[in-house]
Amino acid sequence: MALEFISPEGLRLDGRRPAEIRQLRANLGVIDKADGSATFEMGNTKVIAAVYGPHEVQNRSQQLLDQALVKCEYSMANFSTGDRRRKQKGDRRSVEISLVIRQSMEAAIMTHLLPRTQIDIFVHVLQADGGTRSACINAASLALADAGIPMRDIVASCASGYLNNTPLLDLNYLEDSGGGPDVTIALLPKLDKITLLQMDAKLPLEMFEKVFELGNKGCVAIANYMRNVLLENTKDLAFARGVVKV
Amino acid sequence: MLQSKAFMKKTRRGQVVKVVREHYLRDDISCGAIFCQSCEKESACLSSSAPNILIVDTNVTLHHIDLLENNAIDDVVILSVVLEEVKNRNLSVYNRIRALCSNPMRRFFVFANEHHKDTFVKTMPGESPNDRNDRAIRSASLWYQKHLGQGPPILLLTNDIENKRKALQEGICTETVQSYVESLGRPELFDLVAQVCDSSLAEMDIEDSRPSKKKLIYPEHRPMSEITSGLQQRIFHQGKLRVNRYNPIEAYVNSESIDEEIIIYGRINMNRAFEGDVVAVELLPEDQWKEGNTLKLIEDEEDEVEEKVGLAPDSVDAAPTSLQAKPGDFGSKIGSRTCGRVVGIIKRNWHSYCGSLEPMPMPAGVGGAVNALFVASDRRIPKIRIQTRQLGNLLDKRILVAVDSWDISLRYPLGHYVKTIGDIGDRATESEVLMIENDINNRPFSEQVLACLPPLPWSVSQDDLKCNYREDIRHIRVFSVDPPGMYQIREANQMIEEFMLAANISVAEKILKHYPLCALLRRHPIPTPKMLEPLIRTAAAVGVKLDITSSKSLADSLDNALGNNDPYFNKLIRILATRCMTQAVYFSSGELTPPEYYHYGLAAALYTHFTSPIRRYADVIVHRLLAAALGLFKLPAVFHDKVQLNSLADNLNFRHRNAQMASRASVELHTLIYFRNRPTDAEARIVKIRSNGFIVFVPKFGIEGPVYLTPKAKDNNGEESCKNSADWIVDEEQQRISTRDGKRVYMVLDVVHVHIEVIEPQPNRSKLVLTLLK
Repeated sequence: MALEFISPEGLRLDGRRPAEIRQLRANLGVIDKADGSATFEMGNTKVIAAVYGPHEVQNRSQQLLDQALVKCEYSMANFSTGDRRRKQKGDRRSVEISLVIRQSMEAAIMTHLLPRTQIDIFVHVLQADGGTRSACINAASLALADAGIPMRDIVASCASGYLNNTPLLDLNYLEDSGGGPDVTIALLPKLDKITLLQMDAKLPLEMFEKVFELGNKGCVAIANYMRNVLLENTKDLAFARGVVKV
Repeated sequence: MLQSKAFMKKTRRGQVVKVVREHYLRDDISCGAIFCQSCEKESACLSSSAPNILIVDTNVTLHHIDLLENNAIDDVVILSVVLEEVKNRNLSVYNRIRALCSNPMRRFFVFANEHHKDTFVKTMPGESPNDRNDRAIRSASLWYQKHLGQGPPILLLTNDIENKRKALQEGICTETVQSYVESLGRPELFDLVAQVCDSSLAEMDIEDSRPSKKKLIYPEHRPMSEITSGLQQRIFHQGKLRVNRYNPIEAYVNSESIDEEIIIYGRINMNRAFEGDVVAVELLPEDQWKEGNTLKLIEDEEDEVEEKVGLAPDSVDAAPTSLQAKPGDFGSKIGSRTCGRVVGIIKRNWHSYCGSLEPMPMPAGVGGAVNALFVASDRRIPKIRIQTRQLGNLLDKRILVAVDSWDISLRYPLGHYVKTIGDIGDRATESEVLMIENDINNRPFSEQVLACLPPLPWSVSQDDLKCNYREDIRHIRVFSVDPPGMYQIREANQMIEEFMLAANISVAEKILKHYPLCALLRRHPIPTPKMLEPLIRTAAAVGVKLDITSSKSLADSLDNALGNNDPYFNKLIRILATRCMTQAVYFSSGELTPPEYYHYGLAAALYTHFTSPIRRYADVIVHRLLAAALGLFKLPAVFHDKVQLNSLADNLNFRHRNAQMASRASVELHTLIYFRNRPTDAEARIVKIRSNGFIVFVPKFGIEGPVYLTPKAKDNNGEESCKNSADWIVDEEQQRISTRDGKRVYMVLDVVHVHIEVIEPQPNRSKLVLTLLK
């Protein structure tokens, strides 16, 4: 018998309902040396992002005259999954995820304002429990904002899937390995533009639309949360500098 | 929305892995009471007029599912912790309890106590999972008591003494199932209460009396940890126990860890395992492998080895599996086969069984509980001891009984009455029994199913005509070639069959081309030389040579197998040939390689079922595939799901086999009814020679069964049987049996005359008997 991912009472294995995201947590400025940094948690998935730049292009031959060069590196800590296995750097999976994160962020950064510069984004998975690439995009987005790099909008990302004939939001590892489709979306919520859409496995079109719709809503909810975090952070900064008086 | 984390360690393939999962606690979980002021009531069903709101623990659910299914029990809260445990321990009970919960006619409510912020309990250090779950059940009961203060009282049903004591301490009303049923004052419910040999009760017994006093019949099962490590070290072998249909004290286990089939002789070695149980088996030392015969002798006499007269088998699947290796027939063969004994039961396959009570005198006194022995109509099932207060009503009835437990000190398992099917011998009752035994659902279609049909009276609508994938052929004359009562046009019929085969084959080609990985096809495995061996031996004995290199050559040599002046000879050989083959099966093309798609019987590289969607579900599936291949419809989602598609094919095969078994059993039943008052003489053909007689086939009635030349040997009188069988000499190679003086000789395929009559050696178990007419 296939695993029952949703009970007839409408609860998922971890107690969420189908359209609920996991608990979110975010912190800004967690690495002092970096120009911008953030941690982002979606339930048990925990990632850290650091942004360096804009700075001079290290490799002159890569320098772009009309826009900034964005580089991204994704990695997973050896202790991020249950079994402590040494993971090779630069395997296919992390190269692919680095690429999609870079593309997704590039679409949001106003690169034309920073020609002949380089922006480095490092994302590192501390604990993996499904939806790491979404969490990485969210963390990177906050870190870029923390670094003060001009962006068109916040990039918010969320995954959704389809199991037991039900669209599910924000899959955890158990649900992710359930064999169903996994749709990752990254959204510019204000502009209502998609910067990333990935799906593995097959899904009939009408189902896909429902799953996509749900993922979109998840992104909007996450974006709202991120905006609040940034707002709180700004208030704290303003307070610390004496701009705002209590 | 609160959050907490559940930590647990999980072993998988010997590795110890720590698994951390999130566990969200909620405040929006409904209590399910209609009269509740605060909770959301969408799925609420518990009524305020109920005398009690019941909460049941895991063991009560597992053992008393028959009681819960009775209409007298309602307003029950099923906790999610209980559901989870039931699911892990017995999937069939889980499905039944789930069906109860989703039945709108019943008032069963599932309360997700594990995700409710007030009822969740965390495992305390040193606490066993069982104790933790019991505590969770008590915590939920307490919450209900507080939450529904003004409603009907909450009653926790548990048979666990420790749990009951703790619950009373915490101020929860609790009762055992027995006392609760007594308080209801409905005597008919008593029979539904399971008889569980409670381990705690058994322990108390041992404390009372010295252990040596307790007579142990069966060896203790090994603990699960020992079994697991034994399986890993290949000391034990895991597999499904299959009991011989014709000899219930002999069983087989096919294990992946050993090539051969392990044979288990005798009830002691079977050690309380039932047909279909997944068991762990230990091999006996090789010098004990021959002891099959002696072991048999110490069994009860009721377990005598017996073959019954029945419908002639039409394929290997329907034939008795290992009659050739029957103990006593060819003693030499037994020694070479692997014997074993059951050391533990990994998964029980207990369900309800049809049968009747063993006749017994009515005890003095009315209304008291009586112990009775239940005899299942499936001979593979041992007798089951049940307790009943309605013995008088049940003695002449076919009843359904469920098994509850089997203690080492008891010869027979304990069970309880589930329901009455009807009078013994009644045609409708016996047919119903066949349906239940073969798991055939003959309930009327549900409302939801009927709602899929267009309303009656139906006529062709404008929409139907506009449909671009349908064609109006009403202007063409359409006729049926097989109207009732028409036999002249047999050739046209034959033609239809050719067309049907052609249609099926071309559809198979089309769908396979479009969907190479998910086409539903039908294959017929090529019989192995070993399977055809009995046929070749029989044919050789009568001087016919068969070429089995291919289905074509076999068909040709069958065509040429004409007996001397015997018009029936050819047909008989053909019947024997089909019997050697397995049945054709459905499968998904992604599961096998193209050479395995072959249909041996039809000599077709590809085959499927397409032509009869109104009577076969497989054809509906194939129609959908074809419609998608032609671009008329989308491919349904099931075809994208490999697991689901395979389980669909398995289910088609399972249902098909069951339907065939039921149909055969039904014909056998009606044959029995036909001969009951009509002892008949008929011509028969010998199809197999045995040490003490032969198997005959009666073409006129299509029945087959043994004819004994010597009086049947009694188990406890082996000497006599030896003397008798010594009068007959069997030549296995020539397939003939003759008297010592050579006056009487019987050869395979010979014509003999037999007398067919019905006898009733045991009450309620009448059977057909064939005797030779001299």
